[in-house]
Amino acid sequence: MDNKNTLLPANGNNSLPLPGMLGRRKFLSYMGLAATSATVLAACRKDKDDNNNMPPGSIDLGTGDIGILNYAYALEQLEAAFYTQVINSPFSGMTANEQSLLTDIRDHEIAHREFFKAALGAMAIKSLEVNFSSVNFGSRDSVLATSKAFEDLGVSAYNGAGQLIKDSNYLLLAGKIVSVEARHAALIRDLISNGSFADNTVIDMNGLDLASKPADVLTTASVFLKSKLYAGNLPTS
Amino acid sequence: MNLLNVISAIEKIDPEVHDRLDTRRGAMQQFAKLGGKIAMAAVPFALGSMFKTAYGQSTSDISSVLNYALTLEYLEAEFYTKGAASGVVPSGTPAVGAINTIRDHENAHVTFLKNTLNSLGATPVSKPTFDFTAGGTFPNVFTNYDTFLAVAQAFEDTGVRAYKGRAGDLISSHAVLTAALQIHSVEARHASHIRQMRKARGANVKPWITGNDTGGIGSAVQANYNGEELTTQAGVNILNFVNANAASESFDEPLTANQVLAIVKPFIV
Repeated sequence: MDNKNTLLPANGNNSLPLPGMLGRRKFLSYMGLAATSATVLAACRKDKDDNNNMPPGSIDLGTGDIGILNYAYALEQLEAAFYTQVINSPFSGMTANEQSLLTDIRDHEIAHREFFKAALGAMAIKSLEVNFSSVNFGSRDSVLATSKAFEDLGVSAYNGAGQLIKDSNYLLLAGKIVSVEARHAALIRDLISNGSFADNTVIDMNGLDLASKPADVLTTASVFLKSKLYAGNLPTS
Repeated sequence: MNLLNVISAIEKIDPEVHDRLDTRRGAMQQFAKLGGKIAMAAVPFALGSMFKTAYGQSTSDISSVLNYALTLEYLEAEFYTKGAASGVVPSGTPAVGAINTIRDHENAHVTFLKNTLNSLGATPVSKPTFDFTAGGTFPNVFTNYDTFLAVAQAFEDTGVRAYKGRAGDLISSHAVLTAALQIHSVEARHASHIRQMRKARGANVKPWITGNDTGGIGSAVQANYNGEELTTQAGVNILNFVNANAASESFDEPLTANQVLAIVKPFIV
């Protein structure tokens, strides 16, 4: 590898003319790192495709944008399964209005789930097994409390995942979905207590909603999943 | 230090990354300034600046999005501040608390966006002078509760679409993007509640947007809803999975800056 470090000004002097067009090596040499680049490169490429830390039997969400999309797909699977159960076994005293709204939400979550499944194609994770043993589907309080938890979690998950997405097309798709989740969250909160659609348990002093990292979201979600998800290959920044 | 890994990763999706970087003399000079012994602590800053230059997302681009958002938040903040003070919201009802909550969020957004712009060394735009009757289209906006809620719904749904439309312009600036998303979902929560308030008044409307339906407000706000009827996403036909209403409701659609500015223009004197 050529070492063009001599092109660099000695110390902070930028009066030397810089070449207009540089190749990659020259670019690297401008970083003052050409001599060691191979070593650094090797050192930096760590574990991104290495599942050594993955617990046996767990489902790897994957890397990069595909990993984030699978993460969203996992959450949508959870929500869709929940609302399907809610509509299949309505809680005691469910009003016609509630049934209509919850049916809409079920359909929205199914649309999200099936969208991700179709868009991811062969890269999609498998269908997850859920665990709703902590939910009393006969109880309005239990169902709506769980629903509130899922919707607020979904909003915070998409808000937190946005910055992990590299492709602006995927970012836009996440944006199209998260505002629908926020509409759900506000409605469910209002069904529990009118006026709590955006209270200070979710909105901070700056008027900002929650944003959570995948690891934190999955810790909460794991209570409702029999399948074990592995997020260790997801981007972290 | 994963700088080279970053470059290497970008190279996979953008083989011309080096050309982009190399032809940007200003960006390269930033590295030159650091000298042969590059200060490792400075790398993230130099890198951010370099990519902003290379990919056109400079601080000025970020601040133009923030000023765009600030203009919309000024509109909403003043709308609710005046509405709450006008007596148009029936006193002694839960509506008072809800409108005050929304008012406080919109004012918090104004403050937050101004502070963010200042922290970036940019100048926040001044608040325009607003006409909430939109030149007479909504003459009783602060005296008729239903008109007030109709305008509120249009503002909130449009705010959601506006933020969504600019998120991609913030993709290089993680902190700003995250904050914008955190505002975006608050606007959606507001929209959901305002729609429920209208439903309680007899409007045929749900917390989500069905097709390009204005929820009975009519042609004055049709542009705010056009495009929401989409049922194909990234080439996937959502009608394969759910009915037409649910297919359009399950995805909110963006608006471009020009579309939004045309929509709010009648409200700006």
